[in-house]
Amino acid sequence: MSEPLLRVRDLRVEFQLARGTLRAVDGVSFDVHPGESLGLVGESGSGKTVALRALVGLLPRTARITGGTVEIDGVDVSSASEARRRELRGTTVSMIFQEPMTALNPVMRVGEQIAETPLVRLGQSRREAKQRALELMRLVGIPDPTRRAEAYPHELSGGMRQRVMIAIALSGNPRLILCDEPTTALDVTIQDQILKLLQQLQRELDVALVFVSHDLAVVAQTSRRVAVMYAGQIVEQGAVADVFREPRHPYTLGLMRSVPDFDAVRETLTAIPGAPPDLASPPRGCRFHPRCQFVQTDCLEGEIPLIELGGDCAARCLHHDQVALDVRREPVIADG
Amino acid sequence: MAVAAEAVVEAQLIEHRRGFAKRWYRTPSFVAGVTILGLIVLAAIAAPLITTHGPTSQDLLNTLQGPSGKHWLGTDDLGRDVWSRLVYGARTDLKVAFLAVLFPFTIGTLIGLVAGYYGGWVDTITNWLVNVVVAFPFYVLIIALVFALGSGTRNIYIAITIVGWVSYARIIRGEVLVAKRRDYVLAAKSGGLSDARIIFRHLLPNVVTQAIVFACSDIVLDILAIVTLGYLGLGVQPPNPDWGRMIADGQTFLTTHWELSTVPGIAVVVTALGLSLLADGLADLLRPE
Repeated sequence: MSEPLLRVRDLRVEFQLARGTLRAVDGVSFDVHPGESLGLVGESGSGKTVALRALVGLLPRTARITGGTVEIDGVDVSSASEARRRELRGTTVSMIFQEPMTALNPVMRVGEQIAETPLVRLGQSRREAKQRALELMRLVGIPDPTRRAEAYPHELSGGMRQRVMIAIALSGNPRLILCDEPTTALDVTIQDQILKLLQQLQRELDVALVFVSHDLAVVAQTSRRVAVMYAGQIVEQGAVADVFREPRHPYTLGLMRSVPDFDAVRETLTAIPGAPPDLASPPRGCRFHPRCQFVQTDCLEGEIPLIELGGDCAARCLHHDQVALDVRREPVIADG
Repeated sequence: MAVAAEAVVEAQLIEHRRGFAKRWYRTPSFVAGVTILGLIVLAAIAAPLITTHGPTSQDLLNTLQGPSGKHWLGTDDLGRDVWSRLVYGARTDLKVAFLAVLFPFTIGTLIGLVAGYYGGWVDTITNWLVNVVVAFPFYVLIIALVFALGSGTRNIYIAITIVGWVSYARIIRGEVLVAKRRDYVLAAKSGGLSDARIIFRHLLPNVVTQAIVFACSDIVLDILAIVTLGYLGLGVQPPNPDWGRMIADGQTFLTTHWELSTVPGIAVVVTALGLSLLADGLADLLRPE
């Protein structure tokens, strides 16, 4: 297999708060190969967005990377200088944000915003950059780009704004795009269009995607591989098809069972009881044990390792066979 | 289909609000302010055309005359035409006031941007300086500075800049503190843009509005300061016409020729009114939607 484009090893991010140290990301490791897509799933506060920001060194001021390494295209970003990191941003790795209205500069024409990276980072002339912006707008499916380029963000609809955001992310010819819930703020119909666009671009331009979302369906649609995060750790990872068909961690199973399903495999929706733990003082042993239906005494002590289950799959659960049995008794998604 | 429908809605939106260009004439305070100031500026520019006498030419045989066909607003104690001095006074005072706002505006905005964006020790030192300057009353500090530096327009600029930048720095710093947490700044960073580019291309246009609006009311304050300095004999040097000195000179004849002080006084009030209306209208128009 080719060298991974993004290699994350044992990444740790901590927030220094008045009430103590909060471990938002605690030992996360994953690889993304060129042209591949990885979905990071988890509920709010699971550390998925923080992990994503840590990859490009754009953490909030109170947060610090306290351990692990992040390599992008062979460069160790975690130990590199800010100048070196800035060089990677935009041209090797770029980001798409959740809320396109706030992620676009409200007083700058969208054409100029798209042309900025080509102009400043790729050293194109004003005319070339403008031309490039129009090309990109066409590429992301914005009709009538010459006129739209003159518009301000507030003059565009949510879907169009997110297309502009995507055009900006593509403008520096990056090899990796980090998507932070890019469709959460959109209508379902627009959401579908944007996801299809991202998939199409990924195929055509051969960029790798890291897709952060709390929405399992979104990840299932966009990603080939998935990592499920809970309380700052990856609790299960593997190919999307395997993980969603046969979850081996009780948290993944809980997530699957709490989502309505149009194929009507499930008759009832089951919410996961309890709330995510306080990351300033996570529970001992397995972090999911207070909410887990399969909990046993050996779950209460010690660090639970990520157990390799073959076929690129792994789960952070001592009783993954119990979970597998439960899934076999009551499937979570329809076959086919 | 959905894209087509969206396109139609957007097209309407774009036609609907071409912002500033279409809305300014529906903001009464803006129209009134621009009209008043426009007339005053026009008069100042066209001064040689609309006056009948030189602003400094004396006619000692015709002193302290009331308004007449020859001297529209009469003459002062040295026989100088009051109307001519008023119009030429506008030239001096507007120019001085404009420049006296431009310097603190530019310097204060720059310092505010840097302090707000970087924070840390830059911000601490800036705040410390701001607090020191703010601790003194505006007029006391200006008068003390001009007194120390010597009178004359150049020293007025220096004094007002030393005192005035703090307001702009404070306004801009506050705005930057809010704006830099917005996603578009993060997005600009994720595009690998330099700090300088983020500050000037992305933050400045978003935060400068408040400073512009403040500048319009600040210029009123500066005109009053210049007039006050002129009144105290520290401002524009005679015989150059200036409203402050006209008020001061006319004061001696207040009981017999009240118009000598009152007319330039009214000019100050009207100018200040025009600027205040303009500031109010601008604040309305520039408010982000």
